[in-house]
Amino acid sequence: MARVNGRKNAWMPRLGAGLLAGALFGAAALAQESPWLRPAAIPAPPDNQLTATRVELGKKLFFDPRLSGSNWISCATCHNPALGWSDGLPTAIGHGMRKLGRNTPTILNTAYNRFQFWDGRARTLEEQALGPIVAEEEMDQDLDELVEELKAIPGYVTLFEEAYPGEGITKETIAKALASFQRSIVSTESPFDRWQKGEENAVSDAVKRGFELFQGKARCVVCHQGFNFTDDGFHNVGLKGAKDLGRYKLVKVKVLKHAFKTPTLRDVELTWPYMHDGRYRTLEEVIEHYNRGGDTKVVDPNIQPLGLSKQEVADLVAFLKSLTGDPRPIEVPQLP
Amino acid sequence: MSKRILKFSLATALAFGAAGAQAAEYVVGQKDKTFVDEAGNKVEHMTLKVGDSIRFLNEDPFFHNIFSLSDVKTFDLGSFPQGDSRTVTFDKAGKLDIECAIHPQMHMVVEVQ
Repeated sequence: MARVNGRKNAWMPRLGAGLLAGALFGAAALAQESPWLRPAAIPAPPDNQLTATRVELGKKLFFDPRLSGSNWISCATCHNPALGWSDGLPTAIGHGMRKLGRNTPTILNTAYNRFQFWDGRARTLEEQALGPIVAEEEMDQDLDELVEELKAIPGYVTLFEEAYPGEGITKETIAKALASFQRSIVSTESPFDRWQKGEENAVSDAVKRGFELFQGKARCVVCHQGFNFTDDGFHNVGLKGAKDLGRYKLVKVKVLKHAFKTPTLRDVELTWPYMHDGRYRTLEEVIEHYNRGGDTKVVDPNIQPLGLSKQEVADLVAFLKSLTGDPRPIEVPQLP
Repeated sequence: MSKRILKFSLATALAFGAAGAQAAEYVVGQKDKTFVDEAGNKVEHMTLKVGDSIRFLNEDPFFHNIFSLSDVKTFDLGSFPQGDSRTVTFDKAGKLDIECAIHPQMHMVVEVQ
């Protein structure tokens, strides 16, 4: 490490502050190994590698309403595959039909997330998986009771033994199985991907213009980076009247007031409504929000008014819709 | 010992061997949402002396932040754009976690001796 003793460091060049993000990201996008394409490998921790039996068990648990205190709400109640693994509601509805404070995030590509939940309070899917189950306002399930309930179902005893031999039915194996299923839900090939692979006619000219804007004038890429279109970061995007302090509740740093995790844009056309409180129904509304530079005085410093024309907004929407993957029907499992 | 850690150890030793008790300033880059040294290697851990400082230089085309909520020292250097930097001096011995609040995957540990 260079020592500078109070003078400017010689080795590290000062970069021009006016350099547009597009200049850095644009060239890379057209490289042969496109950073915009999802890697084939799905990351998983050493003690919970993906196997077919684990995913199958996790899928049954995911769709099983007996995981809730009421035996009426499953993970899939809110994370509905027919609705982009979300629920189509501005904010979720939980135990006792209680309206919750945040929009249900999709589980698509959550295997690649460095942080889970809107506020990033879990780092791994194993940490995340039990959170909504025990939350009083969400599924309101006592975990010790759940373990006993599942142990009393012979089909689950067999499935757990096949998936996690010798580990039994425990809170940990329930979390691991749910995490495995969620990891298996990854984005499918989209028109945008086919274009990135060299199929020039896979997308329209509007999509191509939209992608240029995405990386340049519209500055979307400042936060929506890489194949999963997220920086795994937390931003206050300037939603007027929003009371939820978001990440700041966990980390008391000023810039995190009202900051939430950057969501993926894969299948974004399907995951309406948008923002952490679901206030926008359409992608046009979202882009117009950023075009205004947000609606509050204090906003993430990366966000600024964009001066996009109506045509440019339309091109960006066309690009975002090109991220919708090919349909992959999900068979709802028969529960044991 | 990894190449990176060796580099830090040598740098630290040279700094103090040459200048005695004089405080040193180190520069850590913020590039591709990673803390890096001058060679671009990821920095996860540094060992410093009381009085030393680190200047964090943003090399990414978007804002970064620097903060620590550690018991030894609490600070929030705010958010700053590409080309700008923020400096923090370590005036007490102990171990600190330092992060970018916006991109918390940027995390490093500083041990002040």
